[in-house]
Amino acid sequence: MSKRSVIPFGPQHPVLPEPIHLDLVMEDEKVVEAIPSIGFIHRGLEKLVDKKDFNEMVYVAERICGICSLGHGLGYSEAVEHVMDIEVPSRAKYIRTILSEMSRIHSHILWLGLLADGFGFESLYMESWRLREQVLDMFEEATGGRVIFSIMKIGGIRKDISNEMLADFQKRFDKMEEELKDIAKTFLDDVAVQSRLRDVGFLTKQQAEDLGCCGPFLRASGVKRDIRSTGYEAYGELDFEPCYSEIGDSYARTEVRIKEIFQAFDLIRQAIAKIPAGEIDVPVKGFPNGEYLTRIEQPRGEAVYFVKANGSKFIDRMRVRTPTFANLAGLTETLKGCDLADVPMLVLTIDPCISCTER
Amino acid sequence: MAIINFNKTVLHNLISKPATRLYPFEERVYPERTRGHVENDMDVCVLCGLCSIKCPTHAITVDKAAKTWSIRPMSCIQCRCCVDNCPKKCLSMAQKFQEPGPEKVTKTFHQTEKAIAAQEALMKAAKERAAAAAAAKAAAAGTATPAAPVQKPTE
Repeated sequence: MSKRSVIPFGPQHPVLPEPIHLDLVMEDEKVVEAIPSIGFIHRGLEKLVDKKDFNEMVYVAERICGICSLGHGLGYSEAVEHVMDIEVPSRAKYIRTILSEMSRIHSHILWLGLLADGFGFESLYMESWRLREQVLDMFEEATGGRVIFSIMKIGGIRKDISNEMLADFQKRFDKMEEELKDIAKTFLDDVAVQSRLRDVGFLTKQQAEDLGCCGPFLRASGVKRDIRSTGYEAYGELDFEPCYSEIGDSYARTEVRIKEIFQAFDLIRQAIAKIPAGEIDVPVKGFPNGEYLTRIEQPRGEAVYFVKANGSKFIDRMRVRTPTFANLAGLTETLKGCDLADVPMLVLTIDPCISCTER
Repeated sequence: MAIINFNKTVLHNLISKPATRLYPFEERVYPERTRGHVENDMDVCVLCGLCSIKCPTHAITVDKAAKTWSIRPMSCIQCRCCVDNCPKKCLSMAQKFQEPGPEKVTKTFHQTEKAIAAQEALMKAAKERAAAAAAAKAAAAGTATPAAPVQKPTE
């Protein structure tokens, strides 16, 4: 047996925008075991329920993460709405769905850019982020913010998006879809890209299920599980089938995410065609009393929101379980047996969002 | 084959304009809904204080005695709560973001003479209306039920 050594990876690493630390137990060039440790950027946002009332807490929930801010606001609002027995108007549900899919497009293209940057394909990275910028501009036109949207509220949304604006978005998305096809081809067919992605970081279907993985990371291992198929918001009225791949390596994860971007374009098209007219919010009376656990599909995977209220202005307890937290166990499994040089790429393929995980 | 495909994109990018803006020469045109910073029209503000109650970060302070409205821009999260709840519609969201600064400041605005005069005129009108209404009510009560007015001697 060759000598074992431990190499620390992170919390500061060129490939990581956020701090996570991995202790890599190495045997020559191969990783034998990876021990993750987190806790570098805990902010205690869940505890703020003591200080902010249940309406103001939406703004705090949005600030859990910069990329999935819309999802966090949506998940929290949904949980409180269930506690208070509020039925959100149909138009608000459709707009929430459209915005969620827009946020999925921008998150996945961001990830594609980071991946290209990770394996050193600079122009592909720039090209991806150029496309992402268009989605951020649309977000700003619709909600007033590029990263923090402040459009969710308990009982609906705060600003309507007019049908003309949606039609304009539709045109821009059609154009973007064409441009994305070129990039997708490069990601999926290029020899240089494939040499970094193919046959590394396998995770079998059984392992993915056992370790409780979620999102594209899980679906790339052949499990067809997507919370959107439960039909929350307007997803139940749209034609939707989860994207998945049977292979389970880094390439499969890229493929699933690219498929999901195209599917998001399709879902937006369907939603814009079907969107009904009407109210965008309902007045909220009284204070929440009771508890509820809700799940939504964020770009990175399944996020769980738990809210326990006691009938006063302030909620007792708010808990968020983010997709990255669920995927860390799967990550340590994929790292076993890989080369040291592949570690940054494999860490990237779970699309880590450490700020979310630590809140 | 795919590298040829991407070469097309690269060549296109070589001959086309940069995707970014030439910043100092070309300024950004913000969309209508951009939440840049909060502005207050002190000619209209009546210092009701609703904005400071609704603000989730307590960035706004209203001092009715000193007739000032102040905001701490570093605490403001541009959520638009105050603007949506303003009864006089004097608060507005400016599109442009605030200039960066070397220190945390509190911006204080004084209610203008015009606003004070308008508010006093309003208060006076309201008082007169209330007095007229009370007089009318007393008169009506006096004619309808002559036995009822107990308060009359005190007036």
